[in-house]
Amino acid sequence: MSIAVKGVSKRFGDFVALDNASLAVESGSLTALLGPSGSGKSTLLRVIAGLEQPDAGEIVISGADATALAPQKRGVGFVFQHYAAFKHMTVRDNVAFGLTIRKRPKAEVAARVDELLELVQLQPFGHRYPAQLSGGQRQRMALARALAVKPSVLLLDEPFGALDARVRAELREWLRRLHEEVHVTTVFVTHDQEEAMEVADQIAVMNHGRIEQVGAPRDLYDRPATEFVMSFVGPVNRLRESWVRPHDLEVSLQPSEGAVEALVERIVHLGFEIRVELVLGDGDKLFAQLTRREIDQLELREGQIVYLRPSAECTFAASVT
Amino acid sequence: MLRLRTIAFGYLAAILLGPVSLVFYRTFENGAGAAWAALSTPETIHAFKLTPIITAIAVPANTIFGIACALAIVRRTFPGKGLLNAFVDLPLALSPVVVGLALFLLYGREGWFGSWLSEHGVQVLFALPSMVVATIFVSLPFVTRAVVPALREIGDEQEQAARTLGASSWQTFRRITLPAIRWAVIYGVILTTARSLGEYGAVAVVSGRLQGETETATLRVQERYESFDIAGAYAISIVLAFMAVLVLVAMTFIKPREGTT
Repeated sequence: MSIAVKGVSKRFGDFVALDNASLAVESGSLTALLGPSGSGKSTLLRVIAGLEQPDAGEIVISGADATALAPQKRGVGFVFQHYAAFKHMTVRDNVAFGLTIRKRPKAEVAARVDELLELVQLQPFGHRYPAQLSGGQRQRMALARALAVKPSVLLLDEPFGALDARVRAELREWLRRLHEEVHVTTVFVTHDQEEAMEVADQIAVMNHGRIEQVGAPRDLYDRPATEFVMSFVGPVNRLRESWVRPHDLEVSLQPSEGAVEALVERIVHLGFEIRVELVLGDGDKLFAQLTRREIDQLELREGQIVYLRPSAECTFAASVT
Repeated sequence: MLRLRTIAFGYLAAILLGPVSLVFYRTFENGAGAAWAALSTPETIHAFKLTPIITAIAVPANTIFGIACALAIVRRTFPGKGLLNAFVDLPLALSPVVVGLALFLLYGREGWFGSWLSEHGVQVLFALPSMVVATIFVSLPFVTRAVVPALREIGDEQEQAARTLGASSWQTFRRITLPAIRWAVIYGVILTTARSLGEYGAVAVVSGRLQGETETATLRVQERYESFDIAGAYAISIVLAFMAVLVLVAMTFIKPREGTT
């Protein structure tokens, strides 16, 4: 149940939503499409589902060309950011929808619905209407509805975007566990790098309708291919000609070869982590991330002069952004 | 608030309740017998058969067209969409008499279609077809205008979800879109029905007003009035008013249930 996106382009009037995007999603994997708003990630997901027609390129699902196939024939499950719950139907009828459309026997439908309500922990709510559920419950119902027809591919468009932070964190972990249980090839869209890192085993970073880099979360963080990827998957500082992560900045009170002089402007205590805001001689600002212990050892104070040296840094030959 | 209510009720009383109750009073002034005699003439009975027949054709036609038109306006993009949207409202702006005259020009003996149709033995003017067309024309916008905002409000995500779950376009419409817009459709149907029952001007022009043949209930009222049968005119008016009230009551019974789903 793999997905292959080959050279897909899509314009909306003058706006280029997708610019020759290609991506391979392995069967059974959990892939995140990560990017800022307007980067084309949702459009790509909708093109895979058949909800948008690409201007060029093709979509291959499970080895078969699906580019011209209507959405109802692609065997995809789609979960929308705002749930798209069928408001006039009970939770049970919502989950059963795909099966009743296929005219499956009643007993089979009932058994499958029970199974799915248990999977998403909504057994007691079968006879409620969507309006009587919380946002998190509605999204779990939408997931059960999409899974009911045993799709070959599950697509989620910012599935937790409309939920509050606590529910979002809960559902992320739950999605990860669900994926381990059900093992359906899953692609989800998010603009939250932490969410992508936590849930996905493969991340495709998108920008301006292009796929900038595809890789495992750790690869993207440690070996970003472009400045954009580096700055999007984690906090970053510019130090002279290179880019450095705040936790890769060594702060010392003694000058040394190659170290850069800076003034400690502010020290922010975030708990175990401490953010040290610094100003360079030329006025450039950056920040270092230190632990509490390191700060105590240095006896660092605001207004002090310190010397910075990157323990790891990246340079990009062709800087576009 | 109190003053607003006084104004609203005062206005309604002056414009609506006063004349209507006066009609009631006048009808039964000479006893129920006179009113009944006026209602039971063959011409009047025929008129009260004709009005529902025309309504029964015009309302389903406009309901189907109205829903399709609203779907096109809200869900599709195509050249000329703005024009369609504007044209739907035309019957509201145009005087019904003008509509009648336009049909007269089209279907009359010298009209564009008239000569061809009469050669083939189809009688449009002074017959049921032109009266139905005239009624459809004047009651065209109501379903569309009621359904468009409802479609906009529900958005298309539910429909897209249904498609990804395997539903065809017809299944999606039948099981997702229609249930979501049903109150708007019912509201539009009620307005269309009320308008069709009460149509006078356009039908008056195209029907020829042949007693016992092409005379609808509203035309009959005018005919009775012109023949100095005031009691008869009032009696027919009462029945028409009663039908309109029935439609309105049906609406108020349906409306509160909107909130429960």
